[in-house]
Amino acid sequence: MGAFQSVHQEDNYEDLATRTGFSPEQIRNLHRRFKHLTQNGDKLRRDHFRVISDLELNPIQSQIIEAFFDKRNFQGNGRGTVSEIGFEEFLIVMSYFLPTDPNLTAEERESFRQRKLHFLFNMYDTDDDGKITVQEYRHVVQVLISQSDNLDQEEAKEIADAAMLEVASLAVVHMAPDEFYEGITFEHFVKIWKGIEIEMKMHVRFSHLETTSICK
Amino acid sequence: MYPSMSCWTRRGLLLALALGLALLVPMALSLGAAEKTRRSVGNGHGTGVTLRPDDSHGDGHGVNKTKKIFPVLTFDFAHVKIPFEISLWVLLASLMKLGFHLIPRLSSIVPESCLLIVVGLLVGGLMKLVGAAPPELQSDVFFLYLLPPIILDAGYFLPIRPFSENLGTILMFAVVGTLWNSFFIGGLLYAVCQIEGTDLKSIGLLPCFLFGSVISAVDPVAVLAVFEEIHINELLHILVFGESLLNDAVTVVLYHLFEEYSGLGMVTFLDVFLGVICFLVVSLGGVLVGAFYGLLAAFTSRFASHTRVIEPLFVFVYSYMSYLSAEVFHLSGIMALIACGAVMRPYVEANISHKSHTTTKYFLKMWSSVSETLIFIFLGVSTVAGLHSWNWTFVTVTIILCLVARVLGVMGLTFVINKFRIVKLTNKDQFIIAYGGLRGAIAFSLGYLLHPEEFPMRNMFLTTIITVVFFTVFVQGMTIRPLVDLLAVKKKQETKRSINEEIHTQFLDHLLTGIEDICGHYGHHHWKDKLNRFNKKYVKKCLIAGERSKEPQLIAFYHKMEMKQAIELVESGGGVKLPSAVPSTVSMQNIQPKKSNSERALPQISKSREEEIRKILRSNLQKTRQRLRSYNRHTLVGEPDEDGWNDLLLKRQKIMDMDKQISRMSNYLTVPAPPPESPTLSRSRLASDPQHYVPKPTLGNVPIIKVDLASPQSPEYVSVVDEFQKEAVPLKEEDEDAGGLTMKVPLGDPKKEEQEQQDGGKEQQRLMRCLSDPGPGGAEEEDEPFLP
Repeated sequence: MGAFQSVHQEDNYEDLATRTGFSPEQIRNLHRRFKHLTQNGDKLRRDHFRVISDLELNPIQSQIIEAFFDKRNFQGNGRGTVSEIGFEEFLIVMSYFLPTDPNLTAEERESFRQRKLHFLFNMYDTDDDGKITVQEYRHVVQVLISQSDNLDQEEAKEIADAAMLEVASLAVVHMAPDEFYEGITFEHFVKIWKGIEIEMKMHVRFSHLETTSICK
Repeated sequence: MYPSMSCWTRRGLLLALALGLALLVPMALSLGAAEKTRRSVGNGHGTGVTLRPDDSHGDGHGVNKTKKIFPVLTFDFAHVKIPFEISLWVLLASLMKLGFHLIPRLSSIVPESCLLIVVGLLVGGLMKLVGAAPPELQSDVFFLYLLPPIILDAGYFLPIRPFSENLGTILMFAVVGTLWNSFFIGGLLYAVCQIEGTDLKSIGLLPCFLFGSVISAVDPVAVLAVFEEIHINELLHILVFGESLLNDAVTVVLYHLFEEYSGLGMVTFLDVFLGVICFLVVSLGGVLVGAFYGLLAAFTSRFASHTRVIEPLFVFVYSYMSYLSAEVFHLSGIMALIACGAVMRPYVEANISHKSHTTTKYFLKMWSSVSETLIFIFLGVSTVAGLHSWNWTFVTVTIILCLVARVLGVMGLTFVINKFRIVKLTNKDQFIIAYGGLRGAIAFSLGYLLHPEEFPMRNMFLTTIITVVFFTVFVQGMTIRPLVDLLAVKKKQETKRSINEEIHTQFLDHLLTGIEDICGHYGHHHWKDKLNRFNKKYVKKCLIAGERSKEPQLIAFYHKMEMKQAIELVESGGGVKLPSAVPSTVSMQNIQPKKSNSERALPQISKSREEEIRKILRSNLQKTRQRLRSYNRHTLVGEPDEDGWNDLLLKRQKIMDMDKQISRMSNYLTVPAPPPESPTLSRSRLASDPQHYVPKPTLGNVPIIKVDLASPQSPEYVSVVDEFQKEAVPLKEEDEDAGGLTMKVPLGDPKKEEQEQQDGGKEQQRLMRCLSDPGPGGAEEEDEPFLP
């Protein structure tokens, strides 16, 4: 059973490798990590993330965890959230953080960039209406500021408003006084990031070597 | 015709002036020599009205009883000679710098460094013609006075984020690359020297290695001078520049090692091992010394709130002390200086006032600029002044070897480094890195330090060094710009950091740290996050004064942007036409979610009342506008912003509280808006903004925010004077203001241009988008927060 399973797993790894862009060693490592988090279970749930102590100190911890359970990130057309995910979905979400392969063609690179940006967008747009409204933006800023001790709500509001204004001015250059800017759509979002190479920034080093489980 | 005439006359004038100055120097020198003999005749200072015939006038003139006429005007140059000469040189350097930029086409073809060397050559030549001895670039003058300002400027404004991200690569290039260069050049030179036919047999192996180590170090001054003008992308810039800074440790160790033992002619393994230890000590020691002084400076600045005037001094003196302390122990002074500047910057900037910050920045830029100019001029002069011994073989072989070694080194190292980098270095990048390895004055000064007795070939070395420096600066410096264009290397992105970018970058940082934690892989982000947390928890509390120690970075950034906007607005002359990157008519009202009428019980006001209010507002706006236009230096009020952000935040809090109270009372204010605006809309807009125009139903307990602006020519500050605290101290301009309202000067809304004509540009937009500011010296802005 064990041998059969490992062969089956190897094929699986290869298949996943081609689909997600990881190398088989990286997938093996991530699988090991997955097993560690789920305590050898098959499905990952939200409370499994509590094991990671460093994550508790992260101000956007809940957003990160939610991103793993958000169907929009699974490269299907799903909407809404799930309560538990398998290894494949885990891997797909992780694949957003791969560095851009220099051997890709220009369109592949562009589509990769779009996918990364869409992932980010989904993290902001929590109610899944396709645009980031002022309240959502304010929430983000509040969360970022909340790391410090004085929770200055007014400041957060101001900063978020100013940022929205900037995006609106960039994206929709002229608006009559009566019009209302609904929220940042994905195209506007992309415009903010124009010129800033997201692929250079949004990546994590996935090691080929074995990561020991000292670091929880 | 006329403009070109004036251009020519200007240029001619400058050149004449420069030449005149150049002639003055040897004149002064020769006169100084003559002066000594005249010293005894009549004390030049007129120390007392002595007409006593018995006294012997002057020193050592014996029993001269003749009576001299009281000297009304004397010439005593000798005792101001040294400062006079130094000032003349500095003046010459500055005038040259000025002159080059008046000739537009020249500065775009030839980099400034080349021109300055040429000027130095000319001046040196002139001095030789006149007969005076042109001064050589003394090593201790260079190392102690000319080099530190440049390095401090570089270290203080070092972009920490790209530097730390590429630190591994930079260290590889700096340490391994320099070692490779030194040994390659030294070894092959020795081999060449052994060849029959050249008369270089006398040069031993160790002097060759010594020479190799001197000539192989990439020079930060030259790199800065050339790279600053070509605006390549940040990555390449930081790689080459970082390498030039960090290779100092290697150079110091190699130099001392070979200098010590070249007399003996052999180096044992023990010495090499000790050399390695020495390298670690030198580099880490330098960094520690620098960090120590940096922390001291940060700590001192915390208490400097009462003596704002000398705040910049702390920055300079502590940095210089760190450099000198490192030099005492032969540690790497450059690394100490960089560490000091980089460590102290975030804390000092949080503590010192805005003006001190500006002062520091401009002083550093000024000093480093003058230093750089002087260095290049002196290089030129020293070329003329020095004794040379030219050896064709040696020089040509050296130049070729330098180029070859550099190319091979970069290629080899990149091959290794790319295995570890996520963002690989392309061939174009490699070429630029190799081509940007310029040599400069440090090599010359190190060569100058060699003792002529121990190194009989010193003159030849110096000649070769100068030739290599000239070659790199002229040939490589001049051609790098067209090459960069030809190869279409990515240029520096001119976008300034906007608030959006800041938010997203922080978000991304946290996101990546989280992902790393989930992966279980302790990567770059994890450690950076840990350092940040440590910094916030312990270090900031110690080193930053007052409330600002707890200020989150986003808020600090936002405040900084606001300040910049305000200053920009002032500079553009009162805000009628703010130069904005993207003219847009979007404003806050478009963003705010529409509040349904049921949420606010807005009492109805009659049309007439509305008109009345509008009229009052308008008239007061005009009054304020007039006051702004007629700026009078004598009515400068005290500058509360120097008391730090504390007060500003406090005031803002108070204002907001008052706003809330007022909005409960009477929130049916309308701003004189463009006609097609419904009262509902303006009401909703105003109500949701934290700052709106406030009526003055009763005098006294209403927050009146008055801004006294500096005149457009001197945008020194925007002071927000809180009237609350002015109960006791009546403002001088209070009288004009008696019955009306005072508005806050717009901290910028470039969008509502048509409204601005009416308001005098007084939109209440404090929350405008923070755009790229085309402010003064925008290109040199390196105001990134520490560990962003």
